[in-house]
Amino acid sequence: MLEIKDLHASAGDKEILTGISLTIGKGEVHAIMGPNGSGKSTLAQVLAGHPAYEVTAGQVRFEGEDLLDMQPEQRAQAGLFLAFQYPVEIPGVTNAYFLRAAYNELRKARGVEEVDPIDFLDVLEEKLKTVEWGPDIMSRAVNAGFSGGEKKRNEILQLAVLEPKLAILDETDSGLDIDALRIVAAGVNKLRNPDRSFLVVTHYQRLLNYIVPDVVHVLVNGRIAKSGGKELALELEARGYDWVDEAAGVA
Amino acid sequence: MTETYVQQFEKFSGNGGNEAPSWLPRVRRAAIERFATVGFPSSRDEEWRFTPVGPIAQTDFRPALGATLTRDALQPFLFGHPEWPQLVFVNGEFAADLSVLPSLADGVRLGNLATALAIDSGLLERHLTRHAGPEATPFAALNTAFIRDGAFVYVPADTAVDRPIHLLFVTSPNAGGTVAHPRNLIVVERGAKASVVESYVSLAQGATYFTNAVTEVFSGENAWTEHTRIQRESERAYHVGLTHVDQARGSHYRSFTLAMGGAIARHNLHVRLNAPAIETLMYGLYLTRGDQLVDNHTAIYHDHPECNSWEVYKGVLDDRSRAVFNGKVFVRPEAQKTDAKQTNRNLLLSSGAKVDTKPQLEIFADDVKCTHGATVGFLDPLALFYLRSRGIPPSVAQKVLTYAFAAEVVNEVALEPVRRELDRLVLERLGYPI
Repeated sequence: MLEIKDLHASAGDKEILTGISLTIGKGEVHAIMGPNGSGKSTLAQVLAGHPAYEVTAGQVRFEGEDLLDMQPEQRAQAGLFLAFQYPVEIPGVTNAYFLRAAYNELRKARGVEEVDPIDFLDVLEEKLKTVEWGPDIMSRAVNAGFSGGEKKRNEILQLAVLEPKLAILDETDSGLDIDALRIVAAGVNKLRNPDRSFLVVTHYQRLLNYIVPDVVHVLVNGRIAKSGGKELALELEARGYDWVDEAAGVA
Repeated sequence: MTETYVQQFEKFSGNGGNEAPSWLPRVRRAAIERFATVGFPSSRDEEWRFTPVGPIAQTDFRPALGATLTRDALQPFLFGHPEWPQLVFVNGEFAADLSVLPSLADGVRLGNLATALAIDSGLLERHLTRHAGPEATPFAALNTAFIRDGAFVYVPADTAVDRPIHLLFVTSPNAGGTVAHPRNLIVVERGAKASVVESYVSLAQGATYFTNAVTEVFSGENAWTEHTRIQRESERAYHVGLTHVDQARGSHYRSFTLAMGGAIARHNLHVRLNAPAIETLMYGLYLTRGDQLVDNHTAIYHDHPECNSWEVYKGVLDDRSRAVFNGKVFVRPEAQKTDAKQTNRNLLLSSGAKVDTKPQLEIFADDVKCTHGATVGFLDPLALFYLRSRGIPPSVAQKVLTYAFAAEVVNEVALEPVRRELDRLVLERLGYPI
């Protein structure tokens, strides 16, 4: 599904990713953990094509294609989805319009006929259940005036509607209270399937109690210092990140 | 040129002036004298610094004459509601055959000013030129000198007009080179309720002509008035307008102005709060392209305590176009507990476009809440990325975000058919991304 080889990326003069290699298979859930400033969110954003970052070396293949050669919209059309850490507010555009526009762009890219607003309501009805929402949310402007929890739920709703092959969740748990976290995590779990992979970026182990990963990677100073099973997350929770840091220094 | 208008005035006062009630010729004469004295404003005049009116001053426009149009020709301007009460003016002249004057609530008077001057002289004398005097701007003086026709709306006390009243000013296809001075009076008495739409539209796309309009509004005690002003002149025309509003105690006045036409277009909106407990909302949107220059000057006079005003003007500028915004808020020492907020936001779609924005707050009371903010910028790259990350191509994403920017203020229009039409105009300008 996703194959990252020796990825380096910078923001301005500062190199943030210093050689990441990582392979995610079909249907797998990988977690990326690490201390603040380790490059977790940068990795997520670089994969989605954020214009603030420049890739200086390395390769990324997504379903065999050169991901870095694609524009952000082409990456989305190819089946990559980034749930933003800070979803953008778009006052003046309704959630319904925004979701349908995105949905139709992906269909267009696949050569499938676009759906009209009426048919789209049917699509939505089921997807809204994923995040335990009623239809009212659709007439509100995208993320405008949403609480932190609502914004994250809206990201998961988009995920549900756009049905990507690979979903990257960038600190989706940050700023969520326990109820919102439960809803968001349950939404993600409903969307797990053997064909869909996840890359879950998080600072805390807490989210991984709900979204149980197959593999956990620890990012330190822009590269993967350690990888392991889901028990690695528990170990990090108990011991902090320092010991990995030291271990990486030795390695 | 100033002399051209003085000559036109002498000719006009020899003809049309005769039909007027006795008090009016004096008012007109004083106005032309004022105009002859002050002349057209120059760019040394602070109020006109960013809006050179040379092209208007230096053209010899001839007085406009009415023309025959069909109802069909007006169809695009009727918001899908041809049954609304409508006063139609062609090149500034009342067109009774195109107007729709259904019977409204008792005492509501809806007609053209020329007729009202003949039959309602007393009422008009109390209001006409009493709100917007010739000293307001040089163009207002010029308009006052040529007062002849325009719309007259009178809603008596405690009366609600259930349908919006549409004042439609159309320029006919052959009206290039002419000047019209429409003069409108809207009186909404104590406890009354009315919604008025004032549109300036053109069937003379590509023609150069000059519209010099003045609208006076009186909103009585506890009256509720909604006023929508749509300026869609030819993009080679000149449009100068003044709207002056006088509000009485407890009244609510809300305005929405859309400006998208004109080579040079200027609108002054002046609102005077003449008593406590008044509420005023002013929303505006301007869309410019090519070499257009659109100027909005607003002034709100908080003369009394406990009044609220809320103002949001937004602009979307493309190509080499320019916009000017000046928002004055005057708070007199006695106007304690004033709550005034003003915002002007501008979106540049091209690096060749330019905005001069100036909030101007003059506050002489201490217990007030007054804020203002002005921004000029391009589309937010993060928002663009957000849309692109969902599969939306950049060309579409740009249009969607531009639409969103404009829609935020269009959504404040209370009348749904008008809002829908404004929405359509914005979308049409952007090439229908939605």
